[in-house]
Amino acid sequence: MANILELENLSKYFTTTGGGAFSRRKGVVKAVDGVNLTVAEGETVGLVGESGCGKTTVGRTVIKLYEPTAGKIIFEGEDITKYSRSKMKPLRSKMQMIFQDPFASLNPRKTVGSIIQSAFDIHDVKPVGGSEKEIGNLLERVGLNPEHINRFPHEFSGGQRQRIGIARALALKPKLIVADEPVSALDVSIQAQVVNLLDDLQEELKLSYLFIAHDLSVVQHISDRVVVMYLGKVMEEATTQDLFTNPRHPYTKALLSAVPIPDPIIERKRERIILKGDLPSPMNPPSGCVFNTRCWKATDICRTTAPQVLQISPKHSLACHFPE
Amino acid sequence: MKPFLEVKDLSVAFPTPDGLVKAADGISFELNQGETLAIVGESGSGKSVTNLAIMGLHNRAKTQISGSVNINLPDRSIDVISSTEDEVRKLRGSAISMIFQDPMSSLHPYYSVGDQISEAWRIYNKGSKSDGIKRATEMIDLVGIPDAAKRVREFPHQFSGGMRQRVMIAMALVNNPKLIIADEPTTALDVTVQSQIIQLLRDMQKEFNMAILLVTHDLGVVAEVADRVCVMYAGKIVEQAKVDEIYYRPAQPYTVGLLQSIPRVDQLQGKRLNAIQGQPPSLINLPKGCSFAERCEFKKHVAGNLCTEVAPALEEKADQHFARCHLSAAQIQDLAMAAK
Amino acid sequence: MLKYISRRLSYTFLVLTLISLVVFLIFALLPADPAALTCGKSCNPQVIEANRRRLGLDVSVWQQWWRFIVGLFQGRTYGEAEALIECPAPAFGYSFNRHECVTKIIAGAFPITLSLALGAFVMWLTIGVTLGVLAARFKGKFVDRASTVFVLIGTSLPTFISGILILLFVVIKFNLVNPLELGDWANPFTDPIGWLKAFFFPCLTLALAYAASYTRFTRSNVLETSSEDYIRTARAKGLSEKVVLRKHTLRAALAPIVTIAGLDFAALLGGAIITEGIYNLAGLGRLSIRAVLVDYDLPIILATTLFAATFVVVMNLIVDILYALIDPRVRVG
Repeated sequence: MANILELENLSKYFTTTGGGAFSRRKGVVKAVDGVNLTVAEGETVGLVGESGCGKTTVGRTVIKLYEPTAGKIIFEGEDITKYSRSKMKPLRSKMQMIFQDPFASLNPRKTVGSIIQSAFDIHDVKPVGGSEKEIGNLLERVGLNPEHINRFPHEFSGGQRQRIGIARALALKPKLIVADEPVSALDVSIQAQVVNLLDDLQEELKLSYLFIAHDLSVVQHISDRVVVMYLGKVMEEATTQDLFTNPRHPYTKALLSAVPIPDPIIERKRERIILKGDLPSPMNPPSGCVFNTRCWKATDICRTTAPQVLQISPKHSLACHFPE
Repeated sequence: MKPFLEVKDLSVAFPTPDGLVKAADGISFELNQGETLAIVGESGSGKSVTNLAIMGLHNRAKTQISGSVNINLPDRSIDVISSTEDEVRKLRGSAISMIFQDPMSSLHPYYSVGDQISEAWRIYNKGSKSDGIKRATEMIDLVGIPDAAKRVREFPHQFSGGMRQRVMIAMALVNNPKLIIADEPTTALDVTVQSQIIQLLRDMQKEFNMAILLVTHDLGVVAEVADRVCVMYAGKIVEQAKVDEIYYRPAQPYTVGLLQSIPRVDQLQGKRLNAIQGQPPSLINLPKGCSFAERCEFKKHVAGNLCTEVAPALEEKADQHFARCHLSAAQIQDLAMAAK
Repeated sequence: MLKYISRRLSYTFLVLTLISLVVFLIFALLPADPAALTCGKSCNPQVIEANRRRLGLDVSVWQQWWRFIVGLFQGRTYGEAEALIECPAPAFGYSFNRHECVTKIIAGAFPITLSLALGAFVMWLTIGVTLGVLAARFKGKFVDRASTVFVLIGTSLPTFISGILILLFVVIKFNLVNPLELGDWANPFTDPIGWLKAFFFPCLTLALAYAASYTRFTRSNVLETSSEDYIRTARAKGLSEKVVLRKHTLRAALAPIVTIAGLDFAALLGGAIITEGIYNLAGLGRLSIRAVLVDYDLPIILATTLFAATFVVVMNLIVDILYALIDPRVRVG
């Protein structure tokens, strides 16, 4: 199976000017620092982590909303890292994004139909049978009533708006969808509906997903493989099965241990790993292994040297000096 | 001993140009000290409205509130609904405290953390400003913020999300309240921070024998901390029982649906989630009969149009286990098994 | 905090220097020849040249600018051998038109403008903020609706109309001030009544327009702040409505008003042209208008421009510092 997306040592740094014209105290936020990631065709890769880990930045850099600082982005075998906007344009229809906030990501002044229509207009696509029919089809496919094509976003609920966002992303028949926290802002019972929809669409349209989320339960359900990030770096990468049953990185273990399970008896018996301290600021990441300040196993080498990536099995790798 | 909090038949409605929004209808429950009651619901279920009503924080002019909310203190009992604003105000921050969801926007950006905690303390305690700061420093230390003496002078934006929530907890605990109402206290936090905060709340509860009323939509958190659970839907309590009962022997289709629709980290499910179809009803035009009927998978097992015609009452289906459904608990459990 | 202030101070100096340069350049690039304009009827090229030398216009723009800057600190001598005039520091220039050091002229006009600006400032803040807070507190009730009417009238009436209306139908009609004495300067410390007589109505005129927009601004700020989460927290702590309003809501709502009020005040210090005209006050506004439209007195125009600009820049600094004192989030770096 070919890889639809490959990220090689991808880095995205943001410079902050801490100071004015006279004091050039520039800070650098290493939002993404040397990330390696692949998404195969038809696969769903879950990208998880907490605030400041860089997962959203990865998502946006992949579709080139941000220009990468270093590293490579290879899409369908093509190195698009340095592509200008005009060169990216024809590729944009093949990679689409779904956003987190269904209330903010739809233009409130446009009807649903015209929101999706603009996707066609920008890429000069004239669907067979007319765009209105195609839009109707899209709405139906995401579980909405095609007769609502002329309604405005505020007339829909959160879950429905997210479906509209999905319809818009599907309009140009993409190959890769980067979903940035697509269900976090939704109610629990609606989350399940949208997750199911994404699952169905993937099967039907042979889509690949880069699924960015902080909710491990959802990621576990939908992903084939999972990548765990912390402060801009990849901590561990494995198949879903492996990661959740056999996590080898202390951070992954702590993360999993922190996720509450809706089962009182299990919860009462559980051994919790409670991490001490706070997430360090991405402006000032710890030296050596970025996780060392909160890791219960940290020793001197962790504080001085960043760990190399260990390949434990063909699909399971991690960056740690003392794997579990 | 009487329960600390007795809510009887609480109803909250808002008149709007489009009609009367019945945000909460006939809510009844009790809470004892040292106990944790979780109110679970999604948006529009009425859980936050109920919370605010307990603290008397609704705008009395614009809200129709009925029923009673009895706070049973050692020396007297106060009904929040029928008392004056002044009487209720004396409860806030002293007998009952509240923690909110978003600690960044819930703390005043212009005052230092110490000032805000000190203010909360000085409402009910005679003391100078420096006494207040001393007390604030103690509290900040108690909730596990390192370097308390220095941090007490800092401002909310200088703290991280988890630390801010600790500050809120410190502020809520400063007058040794008997009840803490926590409104989605961990929703805005990272999961590793969430577990720290939950641990903190439990430690505080043990130390001060407080009652905790936890409002959330996160069924994982509920399983972790709750003794009893109320499930709310469309403004009504649809199920109420001890925590184990709710999770292992749910007696209401909505509860069953919720539990089956959430993915779990410890269960690798390859198949689809059992999602509840449809959406919650509008609170202005509540349907006749059961509010959950149009989304209910088990409706077909009820004879005739009972579900859509007659709204079921909250009945005791098993020992201390109440549910609002025309089907019996046993029937629901069988159907739930089959649906899995 | 100190770092913040010193950084802003250095910016201020830089900006002021730049402004002086820009103003100079503008005047240098003007098509009119100032030397020729000082001449009058009996003009011939020699006189113009002599005047050019006297005015110090025979050197390059940069040198003129430099001499000006030096003059600000050391004082400056104008004119030539027989008719040397010394203007003490700060020397803004010399008006050949009026035969006086510009600094002296400005010093005479400034107290009037200051009185006007300060008086109006106090008035519009008091009226505007009070009315705005009341309108927000009693939203929908009579006070609020009355304030809306007030806002509408205040923002619609330009000062030249409201000023004249007040002058005619209040001051003159009720003979509150002798029309012949309108605009007479009185020292507020030695003759408060006289000062009030001279300035009450001009300040009121000026204040009305500002008060209206401040009412609206305050009202919307207070309403917006009232719905913030931290206000809900303050109530949940057990604070009474009064304390919540005073300590929490107002402090947050009024912070932006500090900024805007400061800047509005600064702009007025350059002169309120229309109001001064209507009430016959010899302030900086009238001075600069006269200098531009009637006399084409360049030194005065130059000086008043710089003077006004300085106030705005300095006030910007003060306002920024004040804001940092109020809102700790601004103090970063």
